[in-house]
Amino acid sequence: MSSTARSPQSAPIISASAIHAEQLCRHYRMGETLIRAVDGVTLTVRAGEFVALLGSSGSGKSSVLNLIAGLDRPTSGSVTVHERNLAQLSREELAKYRLHTVGMVFQSFNLIASMTLAENVELPMRFAEVDREKRDDLAREALARVGLQARMNHRPSELSGGEQQRAALARALINRPQMLLADEPTGNLDSHTGTEILNMVREFNQQLGMTVVMVTHERALAERYAQRLIFLADGKLVGDESNLAVAAEPEPVRAEGGQQ
Amino acid sequence: MKLPDLTELALRNLRESVLRNSLTTIGISVGVASLVAMLSLGIGLQQLASRRLMKSGLFDTVVVTSRRDLRNFNREEERNGPAPGESRILDEPTRLEIEHLPNVVEAYPDIRFITELRYEDKPHLTMVAALPPSAQTNDAFEAVQGHFFSSDVAPEAILQKAFAEELLGKTPKAGVDETSVAELAAPLLGKELTMRYAQREAASIGPSKSANDNSTAPADQSLAGAAYSVVSREQKLKIVGVADLDPESMRGPTRARVFLPLKLAESLHVMQPTDLREVSRAAGDEPVYSSVSVRVKSPSQIQTVEDTVKKMGFNAFSILDASKSIQQFFKVLDVFLGIFGSLALAVAFIGIVNTLVMAILERRREIGIMKAIGASDGDVKRLFFAEAGAMGILGGIVGVALGWAIGQVINLGTNIYLKSQSFPPEHFWSVPWWLVAFAVVFSFFVSLAAGLYPAGRAARLDPVQALRYE
Repeated sequence: MSSTARSPQSAPIISASAIHAEQLCRHYRMGETLIRAVDGVTLTVRAGEFVALLGSSGSGKSSVLNLIAGLDRPTSGSVTVHERNLAQLSREELAKYRLHTVGMVFQSFNLIASMTLAENVELPMRFAEVDREKRDDLAREALARVGLQARMNHRPSELSGGEQQRAALARALINRPQMLLADEPTGNLDSHTGTEILNMVREFNQQLGMTVVMVTHERALAERYAQRLIFLADGKLVGDESNLAVAAEPEPVRAEGGQQ
Repeated sequence: MKLPDLTELALRNLRESVLRNSLTTIGISVGVASLVAMLSLGIGLQQLASRRLMKSGLFDTVVVTSRRDLRNFNREEERNGPAPGESRILDEPTRLEIEHLPNVVEAYPDIRFITELRYEDKPHLTMVAALPPSAQTNDAFEAVQGHFFSSDVAPEAILQKAFAEELLGKTPKAGVDETSVAELAAPLLGKELTMRYAQREAASIGPSKSANDNSTAPADQSLAGAAYSVVSREQKLKIVGVADLDPESMRGPTRARVFLPLKLAESLHVMQPTDLREVSRAAGDEPVYSSVSVRVKSPSQIQTVEDTVKKMGFNAFSILDASKSIQQFFKVLDVFLGIFGSLALAVAFIGIVNTLVMAILERRREIGIMKAIGASDGDVKRLFFAEAGAMGILGGIVGVALGWAIGQVINLGTNIYLKSQSFPPEHFWSVPWWLVAFAVVFSFFVSLAAGLYPAGRAARLDPVQALRYE
């Protein structure tokens, strides 16, 4: 990770490559037909970048995200995150990678319904074997950061979509990952709430220097927040453009090892 | 994930589907309960049997006979040992020698003789035997009507039920319930019996030596040329007890129906059948015993004592071998009862597998989420194991309690029945602590085994597929 001190004027916005995919393929066999969900994608995302993956449904954007997240393995090609080739990691190592290096948010929030918000946020720390006392404090802190301190002991079903997504964000960031992967984070939210969530994501991106990869099909939203737009169609990369409007915004970012 | 976290999560998950998990846990409980019930019954019956057999004095007793006694218990020994004529005589010094062997509690002569007893001027011929004070703990005297001998020299007698019936002129009718002991004892207790017997008296000593007040005029019945003479005498005896059970059931045809205190019997110097046999070599007044019963501290020392006595040149017999096969029988019984109990647990096993497989289907998405946020295969597996284990322990504890309760109820019911049949109550149900621990641990491991497949399946779940699942 890059580690220069914050100096907005002179430092390059992004230094090292956080994600590098090389001829990335993910093919499924469905009966007789071969589905090429991801078909030879090569791309590089630099640390601290806010990237949007755009494309219509079935374009393979979620599949790429799952491969970056270590939830899935490529059929061929490689995906390297912070110098680690995910294809070569064992299942156990991949789980560790998901636990510490990436945080994920989903369209359907994916909070565990039987748990309170605090417990949901605490869960990754249980897997990381963080001490109980420390866990309680950190969970409270994380929920306070997304404005849910009053809702700690509520279950997800008692909350609005926006609140659930904020809790999911708090959970995704609880182990201080270097990267946030968001799969249609606003897909289930009204535009106002969606904006609220993405403002938060941008805040994390800018303040914590976190690399963000967001899958969306809403181009307008992507243009408003992402520094770079990557277009996929039929599993192939069909466009990659810098979003100058966002990239030029003040408060540019450099990564700081994912630490706060 | 740390164990406390794992346990907490597992319990929380169990609470989430409280009905299904409770039913599964009840299934385990019933399995454990039936296992505990079966094994308790087996153990209880075994304890009851060995308690009874212990008290019967059969398992801690070695019967010692002289090799001169040709009514040998062991033909093999007879063939291999020294010739009967050369072997030792079983007399008082030998008895003392045996009594001083390690682990021997007592060695008492077996005094028994057939003689005439008069009750209300009617003669009855029967076998009379002497009992040492230690016989008081014998099972047969547990339910005695009246009491045991007040002292070892008291002129008292305890009758066996059958003899009491004979004295009263009652003969048990076939097919009809036997007369109760209490009924028989009532008219007999405190009454007097007159025993007429043949006293063996050393020829050189006057007839009054061991005479007592009840002796009648000694007719001159001395055997010419022998070292002793035989005198007819009488002894008055007070009936103090009537025993229901037969304390000498193992004796077969030589079992006695009237019992006297040992010291009293010894002092009577009753002519023994062996006396005749030993007539040619008997020296003086010292009695020669046909057999000596040796009581050993515990059944485990029987074999050693038996071997030592054999080395001394006597025949020794115990029913240790019989007890071994009885123990073996109960071990086999335990195994069979255990298998039946385990069948119920096997059904519970399938119940756990089913519940957990259902839980995987139901919580597929949750498993996907957990994996997405960093749970390893191991974490997921351990979580399912913990749930299975928790159900196992819970079911085990409830099952043991249930099994114990079933046992108590059956025990109570049986004792009510026993009481109605005027039998003493019995405790034939035993749940030892080791069984409680074993049942809970067993239930835990069976549940873990049941969790093996579901946990493995949950751990292998593809997170992408699982997250797509609604």
